[in-house]
Parts: sequence; structure tokens; C-alpha cells
Amino acid sequence: MSDSFLTSPLGALEYAPAPESASLARLRDSYGLFIDGSFTEPHSVSDTVNPATGERLALYTRASSEDVDAAVRSARRAYEMVWRDMPGSERAKYLYRIARLIQERSRELAVVETLDNGKPIRETRDVDIPLAAAHFFYYAGWADKLGYAGFGPAPRPLGVAGQVIPWNFPLLMAAWKLAPALAAGNTCVLKPAETTPLSALVLADILRQAELPPGVVNIVTGDGVTGADLVSHPGVDKIAFTGSTEVGRIIQRVAARAGRHLTLELGGKGANIVFEDAPLDEVIEGIIDGIFFNQGHVCCAGSRLLVEESMADEVLRRLRRRMDQLRVGDPLDKNTDVGAINSAAQLAKITELTEAGEREGAERYSASCVLPDRGYWFAPTVFSNVSQTHRIAREEIFGPVLSVLTFRTPDEAVAKANNTPYGLACGVWSEKGSRTLWVAERLKAGVVWANTYNQFDPTSPFGGVRESGFGREGGRQGLEAYLDV
Amino acid sequence: MSELGLTSSSTLERVIRVPSVERRPQFADEVQLRRALDHLSGVDAVGVAHRVGKLATRSLKTSTKMRAIDVALSMIDLTTLEGADTPGRVASLCAKARRPDPEDPTTPAAAAVCVYPDLVEDARRHLVGSGVAVASVATAFPSGRAPLAVKLADVAAAVEAGADEIDMVIDRGAFLSGRVGQVFDDIVAVKAACRDAHLKVILETGELVTLDNVKRASWLAMWAGADFIKTSTGKVSVNATPTVGLVMLEAVRDFAEETGALVGVKMAGGIRTTKDALRYLVLVNETVGGRWLSPDLFRFGASSLMNDLLAQRRKQQIGAYVRPERFSGD
Repeated sequence: MSDSFLTSPLGALEYAPAPESASLARLRDSYGLFIDGSFTEPHSVSDTVNPATGERLALYTRASSEDVDAAVRSARRAYEMVWRDMPGSERAKYLYRIARLIQERSRELAVVETLDNGKPIRETRDVDIPLAAAHFFYYAGWADKLGYAGFGPAPRPLGVAGQVIPWNFPLLMAAWKLAPALAAGNTCVLKPAETTPLSALVLADILRQAELPPGVVNIVTGDGVTGADLVSHPGVDKIAFTGSTEVGRIIQRVAARAGRHLTLELGGKGANIVFEDAPLDEVIEGIIDGIFFNQGHVCCAGSRLLVEESMADEVLRRLRRRMDQLRVGDPLDKNTDVGAINSAAQLAKITELTEAGEREGAERYSASCVLPDRGYWFAPTVFSNVSQTHRIAREEIFGPVLSVLTFRTPDEAVAKANNTPYGLACGVWSEKGSRTLWVAERLKAGVVWANTYNQFDPTSPFGGVRESGFGREGGRQGLEAYLDV
Repeated sequence: MSELGLTSSSTLERVIRVPSVERRPQFADEVQLRRALDHLSGVDAVGVAHRVGKLATRSLKTSTKMRAIDVALSMIDLTTLEGADTPGRVASLCAKARRPDPEDPTTPAAAAVCVYPDLVEDARRHLVGSGVAVASVATAFPSGRAPLAVKLADVAAAVEAGADEIDMVIDRGAFLSGRVGQVFDDIVAVKAACRDAHLKVILETGELVTLDNVKRASWLAMWAGADFIKTSTGKVSVNATPTVGLVMLEAVRDFAEETGALVGVKMAGGIRTTKDALRYLVLVNETVGGRWLSPDLFRFGASSLMNDLLAQRRKQQIGAYVRPERFSGD
């Protein structure tokens, strides 16, 4: 019996372009640094480009060692003169104000983030920006209740926090870093990623609008040199870093020498484990959300799919079909599911690793989407017949590339899931609660999702074990990173 | 239908691969049937709600919106199911179904007019030659609480009077108490009584409550010979919802792939706005693909929806909203 594809006399409903207006971003031509409550004159500028087109969006300043020094000094002054001794209830008022301003300017922020990062407007509008506001709201609530957080009756802040954040969730990572630090009474110097400085600079304007006392938050843009200046500055009491494991190692050495407090949120190679009895249609969506959310530029991405061998063919068939339906293209279009790769360098890394996957004998399937001819793009891709030894099963690709492996028993699933130096996040899919809990207990990962993936909430602590780092962000536990406990 | 101007798609269309020979499975007894139902994978309600929420953000603009409105209009089963229905009311409903907007002859006609069995003859008379079908609820609608012989007589009378489509209700009591064989046999018997008429099987999802039940009832109805599966009678507090719609669409998709049989889906009750209708079309588009974007496989059971679609259609044409009184009541 031969099968045939079912085609429609009408054809599918094609969606006409529904682009959000780029002018909502209200970008300036060039940006200085945000130090001591105001913007400096731009100098030593670099381009930040729209990865969807390759066009320049604006110029931003590469902060020098002197700039970083000025920022840290400003933060120190603000810490000692204003913020440390301000009643928690007063600090809370500023945090609430920042949260509300993020909501008020959410459309602008969403467009800025989409332009600078390449991620779809649907995600910035529905995930990044609302979650950033939620983090400020949540930690505002803690500011006057620190004595009840489980760290003693009157826990003290650490001082000046140097915070270096990545390009995958620029504003959200800024919120994850700033909100708990400020609630606990620290002051901050924040260094955004070199390819995505713009939303942090809009946030700087929001901080000014909120009349946050000068120096409580300073934002210094730049590349890795600026980041190195910040984490090695003697005036910094606490270092918080989110980024690659490679850079994390370097920072850990610096912090160890200087005896600084340190939290690291690094890479991952998350396993999404699917048992035979899992709810099939929701599994497919969960796999899609796990690896193609934010183009796979997610440290906790479910980049390894471990599927029970008895249902592997069926899952793969449905997954490929679903991948063909993903709408890849203009990130500003409200119907786009998958946007642009953030930079040429990242695209080169993804390309290199997928080529290695093909060379090592894994079977590649890429979605049948048409990619734009300028900008940085990569079609959603799945590799099957992947074995544990393949590079694509071991190294973090940080792109829209999924490796599928199979297992036969729960023990084997756990063993394979844990067979990685990382330990950030995993997913378990089963209709049987007892099995889900049995597996979750044995996974070496900071986060385990059950019948879902990539869900974030400010009340829930997030962070890794092993080479995925240490320290938690979010929840009551997230305060610990910024308190002297 | 090509005047609706939908373009073909390279990807969304290739959603479903069906066997070239249609074959629905046979069940020797209730035990076999129950085993088959137990074998269906579960439904995670949180995941379904998440997916529906994401698809609800699809933005249909300009030409797409205009096409979608016309498609939606062509899918309406214009319905009146009141104790106070009269031949006069049915006559005006039929006129509305044939020409929803007399000022604009390009407006698509409704798919069907849906009435109680005793009014089928009236509807038939008013719809002759129009292409609009006559649908009739039967089988002791809406509760289904009558002996099988009475239900079958109800169906036979409606078919005799000229109904093209029969909307039956399943015995929810039997389904919920595990007597799935009885539900199956009822559907088979009603299908036989329908003769050439199309059979829509109403699951009354508001009384089945869980999405697992919705999925099982969908498969049960399809195995028993349903041409359409339909959500609701419109007579209970919870009617069609997008989450139920998604689960039913996934069921007809998988059923088509397994058996080669194309079963339609009808969402009924509570769908009043263009926005609601378009969200359902997006669900159809992204779950089962374009083949179902047609009145022969997807319907809305509604009455007030039509005028909202007409108002939005006019808005697309002239760029401004018109008073609702511009469109006839039904």
C-alpha cells in the first residue's frame, strides 16, 4: 500500500507579513556608558549589528580600564553613602518602580531586543520582557524581608557586584543579576555582551527615569577586555558571570586569587528524556520548545533528546514534520517562530559542529525552510543515529541543533543523561509520576522539568552543578549569592 | 472554492501522509475496543494549553485576514435550536444562510442550516438549489436520554424529511461509566439509519471534562464511523474551547494517517467573534494542514458569529466599522 501526502484544494493558509515597527526602538546613533547616574560621551565606539540583516543598528562605547575604574568607584560610593544603609522598604520602592517602567516601555524594549539579538518578537514580547519585569517585582518583595530568607536575622550585603552577562537573553540576564543584588543592598557594575549592548542601555535610561540614586547601578559596555577589567578590579567584592564554561574557568582563577565571592552560570548539554508512555503530541512540542526556543541559544537547552527506543521512529517522524512547520525568518514578524543566529562567529561555530556531526556518521535532517539571503541564519536541524562519542552529543552547540540518542531502560536513560561534564537542566516525559520522580532524583542537574521544558519563573531557583557552574538565580535561594552568609 | 484565493504552501500542506486505501479497524468485542482506547497516548493538559496559547498569538493581517473571514463564513452551520423555533424563524435563517450579506454578493454562503428534525422539511424547501445543506440534530438531542429505538426513529424521520447531515449525541453516561461498547454500537446503528446523510457525532466535551476523555471519545466515534466529530450541543455550560479543538484536530490527523479516512471537526457553542473563529482556523492550519480548511472537513456551529464576520469583512473592504444593524438579525 503506497502512502501519499494529503494536499488541499485550497492550500494552507499562508500568513501575510505582520511586522512590528522597528521605529518603536527609538535607537540613538551612538551610546556612551552609564556611570554615576548619567551617560558619558561616546568614545572608542564599535558597531552593534542586526543579525537578521547584518546592518549596523548603533555605535556603542568600548569601556576602557579607566571607565571601569570610574564605574566601580561610583558603585563603591553609592554603596557606602546611600544604598547599604537605606531601609529595605525604601530599596523596594525603587525596584517596584523599575519593574513598572519595564512594563510601560515593554514594546520598545521588545523591539530593541529583537533588533539587537535576532530573536523573534513573539519571544521578546511574551517571554524576555515580561520575565525581566517579573524578576524586579519578585525581588522588590524580598528587600524588606531579608531577615526571613533563612540566612540569619539581619544578613548583610557583599558590597560592589561586578556582573558579566551573555548575549542570549540580554535584558532578562540583566534583570536576573541586578534585581537580587539590589534587593540585598549591593551596588552593581554590569557588563552586557559585546553583540547585544542595547537593551541594557535602554534599561539604564529606565534606571534614570526611576531616579535610582547615582552609582547604584553602572553599565559599562565593551568586549572581553572590558569584562576582564571588571572581574579583576580590586574594588569588586562579588563577581557574577553567565556565559561559557571556558571563560568561567578563567574568571574562577581570578576570583580565587583575590578571594572574591563568585557565582557562575555556565554551559550545558541538557538531556530531554522521553519514555514510551509520554503524552506524544505534547512531547513533540516540548522537544521543539527545548531546542528551538531562542534559536537554541539557551544554556539549559534540551540539546540531547534521549528517547526510549521503542518509540524513537515515531517521535522522529513527528518531530521532522513539526520542524518543517517552523516559521524561520524576519524576527520582527509576529508570526516568526525561529529568528536569526546572533553573530557570524556563533554561526561559524554551529556550522563547524554540525559538519563534524555529519563526518562522524550521524544522520542529519534540516527543516525545509527558506533562509533569508543576508544576515546570519541556520535551519532547525536534528541529528539521529547519534552515539555518545560524537562531538555533537558532548559539546555545547548553542544553536538550533538537536542530537537524538535512544535508551532501553530507565537506568540507561539516567546513565546517558549524566554522561556529560555539564549539569544544568534536564527534562523527563512520562505519564507515570513515580518513574518521573525516580529519574529526577538520579539526574545530575540543577533543574529538572517534568512534562515541560524551558519554563522560567522568578520564584524558582535556577543554576547548575558540575561544569555548568554554581550558585542559584531566582527564588529565595537567589538572594544567597548577594548576601554575606 | 478556489475563488477564496488561498495559495498553496510548500510546508504546511505536507502535514499529513495518508494510506491510499481507506480502512477503519474492526473490533470483535468491547474488550478489544477498550484495549485500543487504552493504547492511545495520554494528553498533558498543561502542554495543550501552552500550545494553544502560543498559537493564539498568530497575527492574521490584510489579505490573509480577508481570506480567513471568507473561509470561516463558508464553514458556518447556521443554527437555531430553541423550543420556540417556528417555520418563520427557519425561513429567515435559511435566507440569511444563502445570502449572508445581500449588499455584497461575493460573500460566501453558509455551509448548512441546523435545526430540530420537525423543521427539516421547512429548511429543505427554503434551501433547494442553494448549495447550503440541511443539518438536523437527532437522537434525543441534547441529552441523548432515550431508548435506542426512539433515537433511531428520530434520525430516520430527519433523513426522510430531507436532512443532508445528522448531528447525533453520544451517551455520555455510558461513556463515563465505561460502557464504551454501547457508545460504539449506538453510533454504528445511527450511522446505518443515516443512509446517505453525513453523520456528525457530538461528544459533549463539556461533560467529558478531561482531555484524555475527549481524545478517547474522538477515536471511539471515528472507529464507529463518524464523518465528523463535534464538540458540543451548545446546551451545557462549557462548549467548544481551543484546547478541546486542538486535541480533536490531532485525533483526526492521526486517524487519517492510520486509516486513510478523513474525518471532519465541528466546533459548536460559544464562538461569537471573528477573533475566536480565526484562532480556530490557525489551529486547523498548523495541526492538520490546509486540507481541513474547507467546509467539508471543518465547521462552526454558531449563530451570532456570522454577523461579526460580516462586520469584520466590511471593515477589511472599506477600512471602517459599520453599525451591527447593517446586517440582518436571524
